[in-house]
Amino acid sequence: MDLSSINPILLVASIMVSATPILLAAIGEMVVEKAGVLNLGVEGMMITGAVVGFAIAVNTGTPGLGFVAAACAGAVLSLTFAFLTQYLLSNQVATGLGLTLVGLGLSSLIGKPYEGIKSPTLPKLDIPILSDIPVIGPMLLSHDIMVYFSLALVAAVWAFLKYTRAGLILRAVGESADSAHALGYKVVNVRVMAIMFGGACAGLGGAYLSLVRVPQWTEGMTAGAGWIALAIVVFASWRAGRVAVGAYLFGGITVLQLNLQAAGAQVPVALLSASPYLITILVLVIISAKGAHGAPAALGRAFHASN
Amino acid sequence: MITLEKRPEPSKHWTYLTPFVAIALTMIVGGAMFGMMGVDPFEAIRTIFWDPIFNTQFASYTRPQLLVKAGPLILIAIGLSLGFKAGIWNIGAEGQYIIGAVCGAAAGLAFYPSDSIFIFPLMLIFGMLGGWIWAMIPALLKTKLGTNEILVSLMLVYVAENILATAASGFLRNPDGRGFPGSRNFKEWDAAFNADIISGTGMHWGVLAAFIAVIAAYALMTKHLLGFQIRLSGEAPRAARFAGVNPSAMILICMGLSGALAGLAGIFEVTGPAGVVNIGFNAGYGFTAIIVAFLGRLNPIGILLAGLLMALTYIGGELTQLMLAMPAAAIQLFQGMLLFFLLAADVLVNFRIRFTSSAKGAA
Amino acid sequence: MEQPLLSLSGLTKAYPGVVANDDVGFHIGTGEIHALLGENGAGKSTLVKMIYGLVKPDRGEMVLNGSPFAPTKPSMARKSGVAMVFQHFSLFEALNVAENVALGMETPPPMRDLAKQIRDVSEKYGLPLDPDRTVGTLSVGERQRVEIIRCLLQNPKLLIMDEPTSVLTPQEVEVLFKTLNQLRAEGRSILYISHKLEEIRALCDNATILRGGKNVGTCIPAETTAREMAEMMVGSSFATPAAHNRAMGDVALQVSNLSLPAMDDFGTPLREVTLSLRKGEVLGIGGVAGNGQDELLLALSGERLAPAGSIAMNGQDISRIGTLARRKMGLLAAPEERLGHAAAPDMSLIENALLTGADRQNLSPKKIVNWRKARHFAEDVIRKFDVRTPGAHVAARALSGGNLQKFVVGREVLQNPDILIINQPTWGVDAAAAAAIRQALLDLAANGAAILVISQDLDELLEISDNFAALNEGRLSAARKVSDLDMEQIGLMMGGMEGAAA
Repeated sequence: MDLSSINPILLVASIMVSATPILLAAIGEMVVEKAGVLNLGVEGMMITGAVVGFAIAVNTGTPGLGFVAAACAGAVLSLTFAFLTQYLLSNQVATGLGLTLVGLGLSSLIGKPYEGIKSPTLPKLDIPILSDIPVIGPMLLSHDIMVYFSLALVAAVWAFLKYTRAGLILRAVGESADSAHALGYKVVNVRVMAIMFGGACAGLGGAYLSLVRVPQWTEGMTAGAGWIALAIVVFASWRAGRVAVGAYLFGGITVLQLNLQAAGAQVPVALLSASPYLITILVLVIISAKGAHGAPAALGRAFHASN
Repeated sequence: MITLEKRPEPSKHWTYLTPFVAIALTMIVGGAMFGMMGVDPFEAIRTIFWDPIFNTQFASYTRPQLLVKAGPLILIAIGLSLGFKAGIWNIGAEGQYIIGAVCGAAAGLAFYPSDSIFIFPLMLIFGMLGGWIWAMIPALLKTKLGTNEILVSLMLVYVAENILATAASGFLRNPDGRGFPGSRNFKEWDAAFNADIISGTGMHWGVLAAFIAVIAAYALMTKHLLGFQIRLSGEAPRAARFAGVNPSAMILICMGLSGALAGLAGIFEVTGPAGVVNIGFNAGYGFTAIIVAFLGRLNPIGILLAGLLMALTYIGGELTQLMLAMPAAAIQLFQGMLLFFLLAADVLVNFRIRFTSSAKGAA
Repeated sequence: MEQPLLSLSGLTKAYPGVVANDDVGFHIGTGEIHALLGENGAGKSTLVKMIYGLVKPDRGEMVLNGSPFAPTKPSMARKSGVAMVFQHFSLFEALNVAENVALGMETPPPMRDLAKQIRDVSEKYGLPLDPDRTVGTLSVGERQRVEIIRCLLQNPKLLIMDEPTSVLTPQEVEVLFKTLNQLRAEGRSILYISHKLEEIRALCDNATILRGGKNVGTCIPAETTAREMAEMMVGSSFATPAAHNRAMGDVALQVSNLSLPAMDDFGTPLREVTLSLRKGEVLGIGGVAGNGQDELLLALSGERLAPAGSIAMNGQDISRIGTLARRKMGLLAAPEERLGHAAAPDMSLIENALLTGADRQNLSPKKIVNWRKARHFAEDVIRKFDVRTPGAHVAARALSGGNLQKFVVGREVLQNPDILIINQPTWGVDAAAAAAIRQALLDLAANGAAILVISQDLDELLEISDNFAALNEGRLSAARKVSDLDMEQIGLMMGGMEGAAA
């Protein structure tokens, strides 16, 4: 095997690209779960975002519009989940699974005409001076705008939850819907908004896959990224900063195994391509063995104001 | 204004009626969707739900397919329903199905070309064992460490798919296959072939196993104390512990049973309808079975009917591709919608819907 | 008379099948502590929810400070100067004190200022509290302080308190009363909800009594005897349980140095609990909620296994055997939470009868359920314990709290336990049913069973127990004869200072 073929600068750069879609989906889902809702439909919303973003970008020639459309598509799809779980009080686990199945079907239906087409992709930022700094420039400072957007979003979510009143209310709703209701907060409204934010983020993450990371549309292209995003939220103990760490860790593993495959490592290919999933399991096991704390107390519980 | 009012107890009527409401809604919305795609909605619905059984031209071909497709769906869904009843979310049946097929096939192929009558039973046992082991991974992690079984069982589907790819192009590849991926064809090896019990009906051993599973599950859930304990664990976990039910045992039993049944479905599939272990032999039955389990109200008899209905949509979906040039994905969406509408209609079981005049007048 | 702060008239609220409030009206003056008195289910909660904007009255009107008052949400009520301390606190365990306080305010100041305000108010009213503590780590009494301070920071004109002393030790009650008197002196009014008559006589200026949703009278508590108020509250007299002078037998249950770690971050560990319970004895265990009551029940019922040698039944170590085996030996239990723990809400009474009766009533020989026999057992419980239900096929959640409690207690009592552990036997049950349940427990003891009653209702414990002990932070005081105890000693026991009481 020839490890020297792996360029550390390119490696770090590609880790950032590979982490971004999962980071977007995971930070959105974290907000949803902070509000006490477990939406297992991330995969379905991501792949719908991927195909809608791709279709719009191809038809308009503007990748930016693709991202906007993807966010809207994710939010709209999540709204069906919100309606079912918040107004009709359906089981969140089953509804989330249903959302994933619907999303997978819907995306391959929409995506049929777009298979094998190339889309316009986001330009890499070329910031004068900064991007030209040796090593750091190409490694960290010459990516497309969404990479930085996703990191800014993490910071924004962190600040929102920690410092704003709306963030406090959202956390309160996730801790005890009944108490929040007793204090007069609109539990259902807060949760619906959180769910839609999560849907929009998942849509963006999907679009990043189809417009930047790959960039192409293929059926089932998310390949479990949405589920991995869910796992990262658990890994992160529901903290924004750790979601970023988790996503980058995971992005690192994905890129590394691809590099190892390319370098012809003496490891079975199947093991390498299964490694992201195996490592996700491993991480979940370690977290649960440590006794993960920080799950919102009302996570996954339906709320109905009976009186 | 519409308000929901909790019923004092779940409505029996609506428990049975909601699947039909869901089917009707799916037909309406699905039909509208087909209409938007430029297909006559009535023709599409007829092609999906009527033609596979009653069309004079090709129903003789499609009718046996009904059992072929329903068999694995029912077998897997019965297993899943036990877990879902107990509040244990094994959503990785697809992986257990694949591993069951690979293990069973490997056990059989080790004795190729023996014509012993023990080959087929041996394959079944290893198929069950494979699915069981694959399900025990999330089950043990859950009971020993509290790891989330939903995520682990799902991740294992992707791992299983990678194992399947390795098997098809590696350790199970047909040595006489000129380098093409895929195992030996079990249809050409009598000792391992899962043939129709009654020729031309699609009624292979797996379908029989599914029917037996339905009856056994029915007896378990209505007559046996374990069935009561499974339901109790799902409905009121603390009450279950108070009643003396060991939650870990429930997880191991339910996950183990569903894994074993999924694995069994897998080996029946590769030795019968699929014929070979190859990438893509698994047609997503493990996921569709989740819909079957819910549509059947987690009730064995209901699952039997839901499995047949879902098999019908599979065949009908293939027909719409052939006859109406509709994309394959349309039927996948159709199935997903069915689950969605079912969950939505479920609100009627536990809540009464009241139409109240605008509350402002009362103040 | 000057204009009252709040006038209610003709307030009516009906729910399907029950009229919670029927034409209720009274006045609360400025600087008055007004008691709202009534049994569980008399409609007190619904009434205060209307004042606080959580429930909308069907009819009737409220006047606050001379102007019509019809809050449609709690924030409106708060803006008008009405604040409320809930019986079941509306607190968030994972958040800290300051965050919890902020959530109850309309326009909270920045966190740093808020923390200072919390310290100031807590000092002024003698309610010490650290704004940075996580609420989950606070005791029940401290949690109540969070609620009270949250209210006081909004400078309310009317403070509603729903059963505030049900979670306090007698000493803590005294501190609370000092605070309330201070508030009255400042000209604030308090609507004080309770069913504890002596408390109301000591504290309140006026009292309104509700029964069955109707206003059945008002009185000046200081000039009315507790007996008179009780009669207004209950409407008729009921049988008091027979006096107890039972012969006690050998030790049936011996708990020695039982220690168990807390179940989660906010749980209470059991610390070296020691007790002995004789045949024919009723041992009452008091204490403020959250001091290890649930943990003790779980350890005794077998839902949590205990260290070897810590629990013995009739001399035999049962620490390491589970619920089923203990039940077979004759140790039965009835937990506090009826729906979800003692009974499965969506299951029928038949299935709920099977839940604990499977073995002792032989309802599932060879693991095959005999549903006919289970139905007979359920119907037996329903008949003998006067459970009001259309039939045994009804889901547990369809029963009223009191009826379900009768079913749960009846299910255990009819299985002839040798030892019965019961937590909060009459919580939320009307007076007649409570008396029936207490009588059933006494009858059981008279037949030689050993009974351990955990309760937060001191009156109940003193009424039926032979001996009394109290839990405090997971420690159990030594048991003492009820006939030798007075209120002050009980308070010290509940506060964990039994040494001082001895």
